[in-house]
Amino acid sequence: MSSSRTSQRFRKLRLALREHYRIINSNKLSQFGFWVIILFTLVAIFAPWIAPHDPWEMTYDSNGNFASLRPPSWEFPMGTTHLGYDLFSQLILATRTTLLIGVVSGFISIVIGANVGLIAGYYGGKIDEVLMRITDILYGMPFLPFIIVLIALFGRQLEFIILAIVLIIWRTSARVIRAQAMSIKQRQYIQMAKARGASDLRIIYRHILPNVLPLLLLYAAFNIAWSIITEASASFLGFGDGETVSWGGMLYELWLSGKTRVAWWWFASPSVCIILLVTSLVFVSRAYEEVANPRLRKR
Amino acid sequence: MTEINKDPLLSVRNLGVVYETSQGPVHAVTDVSFDVQENEVFGIAGESGCGKSTLIKALLRLLPDNGVATADRCDYRGSALMKMEGEAFRKEILWQEISMVPQSAMASFNPVYRVGDQVVESIQTHRKASRAEALERASELFDVVGLEPGLLKSYPHEFSGGMRQRAMIAMALSLDPGLIIMDEPTTGLDVLVQERILRRIREIRAELKSSIILITHDIAVIAEMSDRIAIMYGGEIMEQASTIELFENPHHPYTLGLKNAFPSITTMGTELISIPGSPPTLIGPVQSCPFAPRCPFDDAACHAANPAATEIAAGHVVRCVNYENSAQFRSLAKEKSTWLS
Repeated sequence: MSSSRTSQRFRKLRLALREHYRIINSNKLSQFGFWVIILFTLVAIFAPWIAPHDPWEMTYDSNGNFASLRPPSWEFPMGTTHLGYDLFSQLILATRTTLLIGVVSGFISIVIGANVGLIAGYYGGKIDEVLMRITDILYGMPFLPFIIVLIALFGRQLEFIILAIVLIIWRTSARVIRAQAMSIKQRQYIQMAKARGASDLRIIYRHILPNVLPLLLLYAAFNIAWSIITEASASFLGFGDGETVSWGGMLYELWLSGKTRVAWWWFASPSVCIILLVTSLVFVSRAYEEVANPRLRKR
Repeated sequence: MTEINKDPLLSVRNLGVVYETSQGPVHAVTDVSFDVQENEVFGIAGESGCGKSTLIKALLRLLPDNGVATADRCDYRGSALMKMEGEAFRKEILWQEISMVPQSAMASFNPVYRVGDQVVESIQTHRKASRAEALERASELFDVVGLEPGLLKSYPHEFSGGMRQRAMIAMALSLDPGLIIMDEPTTGLDVLVQERILRRIREIRAELKSSIILITHDIAVIAEMSDRIAIMYGGEIMEQASTIELFENPHHPYTLGLKNAFPSITTMGTELISIPGSPPTLIGPVQSCPFAPRCPFDDAACHAANPAATEIAAGHVVRCVNYENSAQFRSLAKEKSTWLS
């Protein structure tokens, strides 16, 4: 009995994976995006083992000379900073920070957004009014002053950067999910679920949620992309966590060093990484968007 | 009519439903009273927009937010439905005691779950049953409605219209409810499937002890299936009687008109007579007989006030000021010229 149950679950999982595989392989761009994301994820996981140097280690070349502001070479594949830090190692360790911030804040923001949207859309009335006014207020919140105040209050720590990003980003997903929930709530099968005596929570999470899931996945991917960009901008402006390296933080260091015009390799690598990862996420989410919105599909 | 003395299963008195709209209150259902006895099929007939569906939505608390239902009495086996706590109503009445087969079974299954899982869900919401037990019950029910139990594993979109309707009936039977409300169970199906489903409903009724409220605009279906019939128009019950009484001794002009508008085997070949005009909009308070504008026998009294319901014989209730002239109406109603003038 239990083994057949497990095998059934396994089959379900395999079917679901095959479906995702089909969506991702539906076009070349999303395929490309998928592998870029996998690559960055692997780099993030194995970062400490891949990186040849400590990110803040002053490096010396094979001749024993201090390696300051070296352009890319076999020894330093992405060059070094003016203080002799190896940019390749920094980049690899920064992938970890960036991905962590992106995934964690993307995930938290979609969880908040989905719940607020579902509850507001399902109950309507006063509850909807209150929740939507809160998102409206957040829409009026400018990001930079907000994060400056937050960091001034709590300090430049990873948790507070994630908190700031989440507070700004969940609003859009909440609005979109609410609209979808309102439409699905009107469908006859929701009325029938009510007639069958299903509780409100059951209707929201068992009957409406699976029907907004494609949209939810789409916004999850958008949220991750936005979190990464937001983190990079915040770090570039000096509001990043000083204890860890991040792509935005690397650009900030470059700005501080005043070597922007000299060290092209210093800004090239983090910028390319940000662009590559964010566009990859957008490519993959575009493929999911076609599932959520069949009108985008090519015939 | 010996059942009358027993306590009815469902007893409704003066039920009204008002929808608040931007154009003013819409009185979708006004002053509706009826009893449903144990193991009885009670038919409610009427044209589109006469309040049939609103009536059952009010009973099941499925009205949209702008709809308000009031009733002097609405008792199911002695418990007042309207006064029950929401949570108690949901757990003890819905599906457990009163289930329904909705108007369009096509759209009534959640597309993301297997049909079997939805039957299991409705069982497990109300009963402590393991998944295996619930599935067992579900396959029993599928057997009752004439569906392969293997189909429990299918998704709703893999079902044809008739199969979905039968699956919906199976679901409605899942907890042996005392009352099943069937809202146009055969609408949108071809006549062969209709016949099969109606036969199935009749068999089920013979086997189980559930009562059925059958709602339809198809007089033929209702005449065939029901023990008693209520004819609705403009949110009110115009005439209510046992099926035989209603067809042999109709009193209300609207009933006469409806009878005219349906073909019968004995009058085959003759042209059908329809009732000219269209149903009332129901906006604002009801101040006259709702049928008066279309009634060929209307007089000043009809337009002055909404007539009260009168019980002219045991169980035969008519809402018409001129019910005493019904013998004359009956003969006049057969003439086409009566309706055209």
